[in-house]
Amino acid sequence: MKPDDPDILWVDEPKLGLAGKLYLPLIAQGLTTTTKHLFGKKVTVSYPDSEPEIANPLIYRGVHRLNRDEQGRVKCVACFLCATACPAHCIDIIGTESPWEDREKYPESFTIDELRCIYCGMCEEACPVDAIELTSLYNLTGRSREEMVFDKEKLLSVFDQTKDAEPMKSQTVANSLADTTPPKGGAS
Amino acid sequence: MAKVWINDQEIELGDDERLNGIQVARRAGVDVPHYCWHPGLSVVASCRMCLVETGSKNAETGEVSMMPKLVPACQTPAKDGTVFVTDSDKVKHARAFVEEALLIDHPIDCPICDKAGECYLQDYHFEHGQKERRADIKPFTSRRRPMGETVTLFVDRCVMCTRCVRFTREITGTNELMTVQRGAHEEIDVFPGFPLENKLSGNVVDLCPVGALGDQDFLYSQRVWFMKTHNSVCTGCSTGCSIRVDENQDEVYRVRPRENPHINKWWMCDDGRYGWRYIHDDARLIGPEIQNKQDANADSGANGDGPLPGPMEWSTVIAKADEDVRAAGRLAVVLSPYLTVEEAFLLCTYAREVDSQVLIALGPVPQLGEDETFPSGFTIHAEKAPNRRGVEEVAASFGKALSFEELLPKVAAKEVSAVWVTAGYPQANWIDESAASQLAKADVLVVQDIFDSPLWQAATHRLPSATFAEKEGSYVNFANRLQSVPWAIRPPAGARSEGGVLWRLLGRTGLYQAKQVLAEVTREIPYFRAAADGVSEFGIDLTIGMLAEA
Repeated sequence: MKPDDPDILWVDEPKLGLAGKLYLPLIAQGLTTTTKHLFGKKVTVSYPDSEPEIANPLIYRGVHRLNRDEQGRVKCVACFLCATACPAHCIDIIGTESPWEDREKYPESFTIDELRCIYCGMCEEACPVDAIELTSLYNLTGRSREEMVFDKEKLLSVFDQTKDAEPMKSQTVANSLADTTPPKGGAS
Repeated sequence: MAKVWINDQEIELGDDERLNGIQVARRAGVDVPHYCWHPGLSVVASCRMCLVETGSKNAETGEVSMMPKLVPACQTPAKDGTVFVTDSDKVKHARAFVEEALLIDHPIDCPICDKAGECYLQDYHFEHGQKERRADIKPFTSRRRPMGETVTLFVDRCVMCTRCVRFTREITGTNELMTVQRGAHEEIDVFPGFPLENKLSGNVVDLCPVGALGDQDFLYSQRVWFMKTHNSVCTGCSTGCSIRVDENQDEVYRVRPRENPHINKWWMCDDGRYGWRYIHDDARLIGPEIQNKQDANADSGANGDGPLPGPMEWSTVIAKADEDVRAAGRLAVVLSPYLTVEEAFLLCTYAREVDSQVLIALGPVPQLGEDETFPSGFTIHAEKAPNRRGVEEVAASFGKALSFEELLPKVAAKEVSAVWVTAGYPQANWIDESAASQLAKADVLVVQDIFDSPLWQAATHRLPSATFAEKEGSYVNFANRLQSVPWAIRPPAGARSEGGVLWRLLGRTGLYQAKQVLAEVTREIPYFRAAADGVSEFGIDLTIGMLAEA
């Protein structure tokens, strides 16, 4: 999309009035919020004594998984877009020609350094085939640094573990769209 | 002096310049998008991407009369008074239409296409195309078939610019590629049983403006945006093609030709394109060593005076080599044709400092087959070394140089007691046992090389050296054209470029500076004087300096 695209609406910051420039009303506003929370219901959890509740696993950013396609093969096509988008440089892929007829390229090796990762979710956003996803698994521990570098098999096994509880997001979104949008042309 | 107008800019052309609309526009800083036109090939004007408005300006009245229809800029010569309009709505609309038509059945597999990132179709789509694909067919995969050993065709990605077909007709004269069928079914193909196999075949991959032709050697090994590009010179033969080395984190992934009108035009041969893999060979020599002569002969590792325990520090080995060479007395040096001009000069300077009567010999120059010339004039030389001319001239300026064969008996007859050999040959068998045993008669034998050889085994001081991609310096090709290039990657840990070692030996401080040495060379040796004012990316013709001297 180009900067002069007619679909882009450019909005300017609103100008501050006298009250805004004085800051006093804003300070009062802020302190009111603080005081309200002092006496309100606690929102923090005493982890690990109690486990947090994840409201929406769809937008939670935990451990990665590599999705499988219908035939159980890794969905990834080794395009390196996640590795390109990754700000922490924690994804390492070796791509090669795929052994399958209907696929051109696949990852020979795919490793994510879970310790280096900052769980920003950029890899998930960059992926053109919805192969990499972040799950809602958050309590990630290991005994060595090497153990925390997840390879392709490990990432696929995360998918196998979580696929029932958390179906693939592309499917979930497609299903929810199909549920909510009425069929075009009116029901007959 | 012809005057041409590009949009509102006035461009002046020289009297003997024959340029088309694209070339003139480029001079005005205006980019006219194009697929099928290439400066090295004939004009077919088939892609219709370079359509522009054109007309002529009457010199007397200043009146501009435009042609009613759009014309391809690649096929429109620029004459005195020609006007090109490249940014009107009419032109923009035509480009968007061509772009859309090309993309109707182009697979959207950019994520796995090797060309993505340097693809003209991608670039032009962002610049001139429409936001969305209106066609309801959205193919995601491409059919694929091999064209030959090295080149593979992704059939559906092709935009039928026929650059590759014209290349095999006009440049190599081998005619392997052709177009088959017509209209929307048109495809590139080879005749059954006659695959694309000529020594320039790799160039069609560079020529392809989209990802249709893929290089088997490079396929899927790296995404192009991860690589850094460095200018370099091919050291495969004495042609000395200008090349680009694409590297990521000190690993070379591919080598491409760099445009140089004086040497290789836009091309390079497959020998050079695929012949660089030795620089990442596991057999590369690593870690300097000093071998005690007596112990090596006695072959008894049990006594206390055995070979000095490795691994050794470079500084120790260099200091020891310097000490031993100076203590030995008479010295001979062998200049490899793989050395850069600067390195050869430093070695001769050092040798002269140690022994004013030093014998300077030229290393063997590998010859393979005969010169191969293609119809376009592109020549692959039989002389498989990049810098014979350069080291010859350096050696000549230090007195009469011997040939390698002349040196061998002199060493065997103990006329000299120390020999410093530079090698760096990619061919592992560059020296045979008998030559090595003759050189081994010297008390001190310093060898700088990249692969193991009989000579390396006989050496007393072993200094692993660097390949062309790992060192900066200048090479002089067969036609006396000097090119200066930077290093592209660092040498493997434990290896050092010849220049770096000699720089230390001469007691210079800091890092090795090839530019500084070249300045010295141009001052000292008349042959190199033309390079005194700097060397452009196309190199410099040293014969100009020689003519001026005469």
